[in-house]
Amino acid sequence: MSQETGINIASSIKDTIIAGLLALIVFGPVVGILLDGYGFETRFDDVAWIVAIVMAGRFAISVFVQTEAGKKFIYRQLIKEDGVTVTAPDYKSKMRYIIPIVIIIGLIAPFIASKYVLTVVILGLIYVLLGLGLNIVVGLAGLLDLGFVGFYAIGAYGLALGYEYLGLGFWSMLPLAAIMAGVAGAILGFPVLRMHGDYLAIVTLGFGEIIRLVLTNWTEFTHGPNGVSAPLPTLFGLEFKRRSRDGTPFHEFFGLSYDSAFKYIFIYLVLFLVVLAVLYVKHRLTRMPIGRAWEALREDEIACRSLGLNHVLVKLSAFTLGAATGGIAGVFFATYQGFVNPSSFTFFESALILAIVVLGGMGSTLGVVIAAFVLTVAPEMLREFADYRVLMFGILMVVMMIWKPRGLVRVTRKGFATRKGVVK
Amino acid sequence: MDIVLQQLVNGLTLGSVYGLIAIGYTMVYGIIGMINFAHGDVYMVSSYLTAIAIALFSFFGLESFPIIIFGTLIFTIIVTGAYGWVIERVAYRPLRNSSRLSVLISAIGMSLILQNYVQISQGARQQGIPTMLTGAIRFDIGDGFVQITYMKLFILFAAFLGMGVLTYIIQKTKLGRMCRATQQDRKMASILGINTDRVISSVFVIGAAMAALAGVLVTLDYGAFDFYVGFIIGIKAFTAAVLGGIGSLPGAMLGGVILGLSEALFAGLISSDYKDVFSFSLLVIILIFRPSGLLGKPEVEKV
Amino acid sequence: MSQENILEIENLVMHFGGIKALNDVTFDIKRGSVSALIGPNGAGKTTVFNCLTGFYKATGGGIMLNAGEKPTSVIKVLGEKFKGSDLVSPAAFLERVKYKMFGGSHLVNRAGLARTFQNIRLFKEMSVVENLLVAQHMIVNRSMLAGILNTESYKKTEEEALQRAFYWLEVVHLTEFANRLAGELSYGQQRRLEIARAMCTNPEIICLDEPAAGLNPSETEALASMIRVLRDEHNTTVLLIEHDMGMVMNISDYIVVLDHGEVIAKGGPEDIKSNPKVIAAYLGAEEGEDVSL
Repeated sequence: MSQETGINIASSIKDTIIAGLLALIVFGPVVGILLDGYGFETRFDDVAWIVAIVMAGRFAISVFVQTEAGKKFIYRQLIKEDGVTVTAPDYKSKMRYIIPIVIIIGLIAPFIASKYVLTVVILGLIYVLLGLGLNIVVGLAGLLDLGFVGFYAIGAYGLALGYEYLGLGFWSMLPLAAIMAGVAGAILGFPVLRMHGDYLAIVTLGFGEIIRLVLTNWTEFTHGPNGVSAPLPTLFGLEFKRRSRDGTPFHEFFGLSYDSAFKYIFIYLVLFLVVLAVLYVKHRLTRMPIGRAWEALREDEIACRSLGLNHVLVKLSAFTLGAATGGIAGVFFATYQGFVNPSSFTFFESALILAIVVLGGMGSTLGVVIAAFVLTVAPEMLREFADYRVLMFGILMVVMMIWKPRGLVRVTRKGFATRKGVVK
Repeated sequence: MDIVLQQLVNGLTLGSVYGLIAIGYTMVYGIIGMINFAHGDVYMVSSYLTAIAIALFSFFGLESFPIIIFGTLIFTIIVTGAYGWVIERVAYRPLRNSSRLSVLISAIGMSLILQNYVQISQGARQQGIPTMLTGAIRFDIGDGFVQITYMKLFILFAAFLGMGVLTYIIQKTKLGRMCRATQQDRKMASILGINTDRVISSVFVIGAAMAALAGVLVTLDYGAFDFYVGFIIGIKAFTAAVLGGIGSLPGAMLGGVILGLSEALFAGLISSDYKDVFSFSLLVIILIFRPSGLLGKPEVEKV
Repeated sequence: MSQENILEIENLVMHFGGIKALNDVTFDIKRGSVSALIGPNGAGKTTVFNCLTGFYKATGGGIMLNAGEKPTSVIKVLGEKFKGSDLVSPAAFLERVKYKMFGGSHLVNRAGLARTFQNIRLFKEMSVVENLLVAQHMIVNRSMLAGILNTESYKKTEEEALQRAFYWLEVVHLTEFANRLAGELSYGQQRRLEIARAMCTNPEIICLDEPAAGLNPSETEALASMIRVLRDEHNTTVLLIEHDMGMVMNISDYIVVLDHGEVIAKGGPEDIKSNPKVIAAYLGAEEGEDVSL
């Protein structure tokens, strides 16, 4: 075995030179020649850097795969050890100690945190909701939904337009938006879900874009690119504004001086409770017949049909539930911003949500929560890299799919205690 | 009446461009059974390459239209072809034995990478090229008229020439034979000594080259583009591929022309704001009522 | 149910494009029997199977499944093309629309027919027990609200489902592997798990597609006794495709022989063994192979 531990440097150098030439052809024109009107400027130093990085990377990979560690790595990739494990029947997760602590911290946090931190955390929680919704669709049911932002938009615009035209507030729109987004998901999904997966991906991609186009072009109804303002939530009718048109505002009722942080604290608390509820529901769903059916469908659709499962309706239930969760997230987004316009609902938003699911691990709830915070909070911290965000998401998706398609968090399945078999 | 005729002319040129891009989708789908999500962005890159080539030619003082066009085409097709190869090597080949979902996500990632990378290196603003070919043929019809610009004639000519060359390659050459064999049965083809990885790579390169041809033609005609153009046109071309029957080459061209014509008529007669909505609805309707398209074969499920 | 035949296949025709895979196939399966479908490679056995389990839509003919409360036409529940006569009969039209929208092979299973697959189709990344729980999807309490709130009645049906799962695990000798991933099991174990999974849907007839393929002689022997248990203790009719002639002749009550998409013989094992047409088909189809029927 250890006879051929030698590393063939010559072939590595050949690979490196080919990679360098390709990088020169591919990146040379687009990076090196910056269009400026009908003329151009040159930036050959950037090209040199990129080519150098590509060559160095290729050389490193080429050498690595020839080493023992590299061979082991490739072997592990080939046998596809995804690391799904079944827990022992009496296994108790450590999460039962962690969860109460997290809940308590979560409930205390808004009263100590600064307003800025609070707004960032609210945004993070909104993406947790979105990630959980998409995780049902992509992670559990294995359906690629690229237009998730469409349902998010339905929720957000539902609140803004519902308030403008029908006078509906936050609390009535919260369930209504979930239903609206769910119905939209069902109508879109029913015809497409009986076909195989790629079609769903492209149809949902188109759907997300269509929603944005309609929001932009139907100016009489949606005010087009100018956007619509959205109402704040109320506490039993008490408003969080400085002055209330009808009735006493929140701060006067409790004899406090006005502080704009109140509304964020309130939004945060409501959102936190909703996220907890959704987390619980999702936890239950994975242990329920419907959740098992989703995962079975992801594994083998034909076998599911042979067992009497209507594959279209089972997929549809996942798609609808995911869409409804997206709708709820949209309502929170609108009320948090106080304003919505079509530019918040581009394809990049869908890509971000997908990146959360991919990084967090398909089917893993904990992973999604962590990934949502990492991917939304990190860009806030590193603003100078804001331009590179989407690039990072793209690279993340490709690398994760090659390296760890099931995400970074290990997936475990519940074990069942052996019992006496009975058949009636 | 003249509006209808004018829109038919516009639709035909638009449709031939959709057809060219649809070829990339249909060939890749035929050979690996996956949608190449990054294909629209390959088209987008080729628009930039066109403008870069034209800027370079004018910098070196070349002004003759045929030389510029010819040079731009060759440059763009070669570089875009390299993109096609790299995309396959990076985002598809390492995932050859993975689940479909993984490959789809990796392809989406590639599409994001391309869009953002072009945005970072060339800026988010709209770019343009000078008008290269002016003039038109006019036909008077009753009170109105229909005009066909020389550029549109050139597009039609070039698109059908491109199709012709491709059909020749697929039907008559050794590469084409290997492509068809790999499409029928990849495992068997590789047992018979065909390097299927290389065939798949060449299909990506051919698809990218066709998208590059489309990119050059559209950019010459419209002049303006940005890093986002690949997105909508990608969905449209995919619709064309599905309409014609995914996996079928003549189907892609036919689907492109039908989509182009119907979209132009819709835009001219009903509403141009919602023409994208129209094409998309068409896609859903085709998928419901005839998922195998006009010229495709119905899929038989392997149990 | 009083009918004698659980499955009645009449003039079944199946074309793939221009290829005629099945050409007028007619046979009946008696309730409570173990029947086998045999024939040389390419005779159309798997096509017949896929037609009657609802995975292929037959081009013509009829398949009646006399199980459950009322007989089911397998071809109808898959969704048929609209006909001119639908214009005058709204009820027939609506029924067709219903099956077009919600029909499919799952309805065949719900009517009481379960199947296994030639190339095993388990849910590989789910545990063995979960595989059996998925199969009970139509039996358990599927109410979302009850499940989320974890009500008593929900817990009860889940417990019953688990008991049923463990019962079938005992039958196929897989109890100790209950909490393993299905993909980790050996080939023979996977075949047995697939049979247990199909039985968890409480079928009246089970169709086994080459259940002994890849099994060693002792495993085949165990399989044969398992099939007898299905018939004798659970009143399940068994229909199987099999190449292992020893096993077929040993356990079958009734044998249908297919060749080139046509039935060339049907009857008990003794009749089939001595049927000259069958011997000719086997010897003609695979030259040089020693056939001991």
